Amino acid sequence: MSDYIPVFFTLVFAAVIVAVMVSLNRILGPRTEANAIKDAVFECGNEPTGTAWGVRFAIKFYLVALLFIVFDVEVVFMYPWAVIFRELGWFGFVEMMVFMGILVVGYMYAWRKGALEWR
Amino acid sequence: MSLWAIGAVKSLLVLVFVLQLSAFLLWIERKGSALIQNRIGANRANIFGVVPFNLGFLNTLVADPIKMFTKEDFIPAGCDRFLHALAPFMALFPALITFAAIPFGDSIVLGGETVELRVVDLDVGLLYILAMVSMGVYGAVIAGWASNNRWALLGSIRGSAQMISYELAMGLALVSVVLSYGTLDMQDMVHAQGRTVLGFLPAWGVFFQPVAFIIIFVAGMAESKRVPFDIPEAESELIAGYFTEYSGGKQASFMLADFAEVVVVAGLVTTLFFGGWQFPWLAADGFHLPLMGTIEVSALVVTLLQLMAFSLKVLFFCWLQILVRWTVPRFRYDQLMDLGWKGMLPIALANVVFTAALILARGEGS
Repeated sequence: MSDYIPVFFTLVFAAVIVAVMVSLNRILGPRTEANAIKDAVFECGNEPTGTAWGVRFAIKFYLVALLFIVFDVEVVFMYPWAVIFRELGWFGFVEMMVFMGILVVGYMYAWRKGALEWR
Repeated sequence: MSLWAIGAVKSLLVLVFVLQLSAFLLWIERKGSALIQNRIGANRANIFGVVPFNLGFLNTLVADPIKMFTKEDFIPAGCDRFLHALAPFMALFPALITFAAIPFGDSIVLGGETVELRVVDLDVGLLYILAMVSMGVYGAVIAGWASNNRWALLGSIRGSAQMISYELAMGLALVSVVLSYGTLDMQDMVHAQGRTVLGFLPAWGVFFQPVAFIIIFVAGMAESKRVPFDIPEAESELIAGYFTEYSGGKQASFMLADFAEVVVVAGLVTTLFFGGWQFPWLAADGFHLPLMGTIEVSALVVTLLQLMAFSLKVLFFCWLQILVRWTVPRFRYDQLMDLGWKGMLPIALANVVFTAALILARGEGS
């Protein structure tokens, strides 16, 4: 457990430093009257209508997120394998090739289906 | 008791190192970019006009923070006030604590106790770094969402897609690095790079994993969202991307987070591929030069040389990233995604297979 003492200190110190940076303006900064023009968000000078939370964006971004989840979980499986790879020998190599083969089939499928194209 | 004191001092030292280097890089970037573009750069620093010469980098290190932290704390109408304040915190906090896992020297004996010269003394250091680096995505996502600004939202969506794409290539390239070292412990990796190969060449990781080095360096630069990869904050399209609605100290947090990530990438590349704190041919008892034999050096000098070697290597890679940032134009978004998904991902995968096969073919497996 004693390994984690410096981790604890790092987290606390970093949190304090960042919290001070983020909130220092509240203490040091001036306060001015609010008005509609000043409070408006900056959208290149256009008057913003409604909220931005209904904005539509390309469905591609969802695909990227889905593909990321699939591949990232696979990569996580590779770390323990990589650490003890020398003990596993050829058996471990063949096992991982089967695993990776399935991954590559999925990757090729995504590529052929155009999930990686940006138009 | 002393365990707590040593832990506190170490963590504070590393945090100050990262913060100072980030602030200093800001100045280097201003003056360095001016040098590259044949300009003069920031040159109006003085105290009430009484100092007869230009105070140079006081500009960035003193005047800018004073100006930034005395701005009004401004949150536009319609923003989510809590998330708006949380976002800069989530951007800077992980960037600051990542560097803690990187060893900056060999263990030293201090008052009868062995002190490891790194803050997070874990045998899963690399996993710690991966975890903290991927937390950086939240800062961008929350900032764009909380701002209630269309351009900020688009910027944060672009940014998150880019960061997770490159994280994948980075993670795969790190697998091949772990394969060749056989450990997740950063200190063990640096120790492994202390030998020499062929009698003279320091056994640095870059000679064994050149492909992984290029992938991790490029992916790291993409993670820090700086120019060739600054699509999320492309100013000609999205104003300033996800931090459009930020000012003052919050804006400074985002800026510092960028530079802290530059420092982290430099530290990671140094540790994995360029021997970390290893000074070439320097062992614990002195220099072992290839042809000239051994030169004895005291333990204190060895430690100082190691600290110096580490700092110089980190500074070099920081400078290299700034050089790239001011030399290469911005990618288009499809080029960016193609490079990540169709270029670096298959290459990293092939590199893992090749590394594994090579290790077994050389008979290192049991």
